[in-house]
Amino acid sequence: MVNGMSYALQKRILIILFLLVPIALLAVFALYPALYLVYLSFMSWDGYSPDKTWAGIGNYKEVFANKEIWGAFLHNLVYLGWGLLQNALGLFFAIMLNSKVKGRNAYRVLLFMPYIMNGVAVAYMFNYVFNSEYGSFNTLLHGIGLDSLAISWFGSPKAVNHVLGFITLWKFMGLNMVIYLAALQSVPSEIIEAARMDGASRLQTTLRVVLPNITKVIELNLFLTIIGTLEIFDLPFILTGGGPLGASDTFLTKTIDTAFKFNNFGMASAMSVTLITAVIVVLGLQRLATRRWSD
Amino acid sequence: MNAAGFRPLSLIQHLILWAAVVVIVFPPSVLVLNAFKTKTEFSQTSVFKLPDNFLNFDNFGSVITRAHLDRAYRNTLIIIVAAVIGNVLLGTMVAYILGRFDFKLKKAVLGAYIAVSFIPTITTQVATFTVINNLHLYNTLWASIVLHLGTNVLQIFIYLQFLRNIPRELDEAAMMEGASLFRIYRTIIFPLLTPATATIVIIKTIDIYNDMFIPYLYMPSQNLTVVSTSLMHFSSERSTEWELMSAAILLIMVPIVVVYLFFQKYVFAGIVNGAVK
Repeated sequence: MVNGMSYALQKRILIILFLLVPIALLAVFALYPALYLVYLSFMSWDGYSPDKTWAGIGNYKEVFANKEIWGAFLHNLVYLGWGLLQNALGLFFAIMLNSKVKGRNAYRVLLFMPYIMNGVAVAYMFNYVFNSEYGSFNTLLHGIGLDSLAISWFGSPKAVNHVLGFITLWKFMGLNMVIYLAALQSVPSEIIEAARMDGASRLQTTLRVVLPNITKVIELNLFLTIIGTLEIFDLPFILTGGGPLGASDTFLTKTIDTAFKFNNFGMASAMSVTLITAVIVVLGLQRLATRRWSD
Repeated sequence: MNAAGFRPLSLIQHLILWAAVVVIVFPPSVLVLNAFKTKTEFSQTSVFKLPDNFLNFDNFGSVITRAHLDRAYRNTLIIIVAAVIGNVLLGTMVAYILGRFDFKLKKAVLGAYIAVSFIPTITTQVATFTVINNLHLYNTLWASIVLHLGTNVLQIFIYLQFLRNIPRELDEAAMMEGASLFRIYRTIIFPLLTPATATIVIIKTIDIYNDMFIPYLYMPSQNLTVVSTSLMHFSSERSTEWELMSAAILLIMVPIVVVYLFFQKYVFAGIVNGAVK
């Protein structure tokens, strides 16, 4: 039956048939919610009642005036600090594994493994590492005589975000490493050999020849890290519930609580839109930076 | 790099790499040590002590029954199979259309996929929740399936990249013999995209297995728990029984680690592609 049709007609039918379902899914579960989110952010709504009332920019005003929200945002900055360290370590191990070290694939597989682990399982696993009384980390500290350091890691408002930041580093360092490694492997070996022939040391070669060749990927990783820290959610959500007393709340745990705990969907939408805007600004900056490098 | 000159460095390299491996392996090892201990054994010995009997699988058995892990594995598997089949079909279809034909809205379609990829999934759940509710998918496995079903920009890019390497002469030769465009997709394009499909299947399987928020938010019913949410339920009831929790965490963690170890090639291919695009 189809064989009788011209290819031009077939093409038109196939384009419509093949794109119908994917575009419908995209529209219903991604595009529409995004637009609806913007609409809700101008509304006052509890999430279930039939009436929504117009709130104008009231929700946004509240987001920007609310000290708690910005306090939570400061916690995200702690993760950023750990994220930068995570990037540095990722690059360091990538450089190391890019040399002819024995067993490099086994090292790569092991160092990357945390990234594919179930996040909930990882969170509870670290609950037992950092538990104040029976945790393996404090047991270790007591074992080597550092009793004064064995504090209540999740109970201390000062330490809690750093502990969560460390867990993030533990889980995501391998991702940065694998991306850096792929970039390093694409640096042409001729230019490295040429530098070595000219008598450059290994360190010099790395700093002056290899790194300048992967600046784009370093930037990419840094932007991925920044966006990742803006979106920190799972760990505090599962491990601390934002506690003690909100000390480990992040922008997103606050947003989700605002919607699903306090039934303030309008405000939560305004918070979401604010976060998405921040992500888009960061991505825009990345584009600008990338363009600058390629010129 | 030339290895000859750097021999003394190699020992230091291994020491540093080993230190990193220890930091990574330390938390799961403690779980392994304690998951095999009995309740009294756990309370009376150090967390670092080897269990009396590494063949004591009682904790694992009791976790599977009490946390209903069999049901959780089954639900997770159903979602993975349904969503991954959808992803592969829809992903290859979109890529075939975008990669082989020119039409007016082509840029808009790709642009829409790129645009939504910038929006973090969790942030839109406030609005998505209403959509799922209105479609009466709340508290059904379908909630998770439909939210994972649609293809995404990463999959489209991976497929497009492979599609470029399938010579157009193959399409043309088939057209000379009178094959329909659908037949070309089904008998030439789809089979030749298999390596890309393998990568996408593995990456998406890991993605769905590890997903916590969608099942948590949309499938609160006890019968609909997946691996992540069953662990959350179990922890809220038994978080003080460490030897049981250790076994539970391992039971959730290990399957995907095994998948990763077997299919690492595809995992790395997918990750690198995703980041660089």
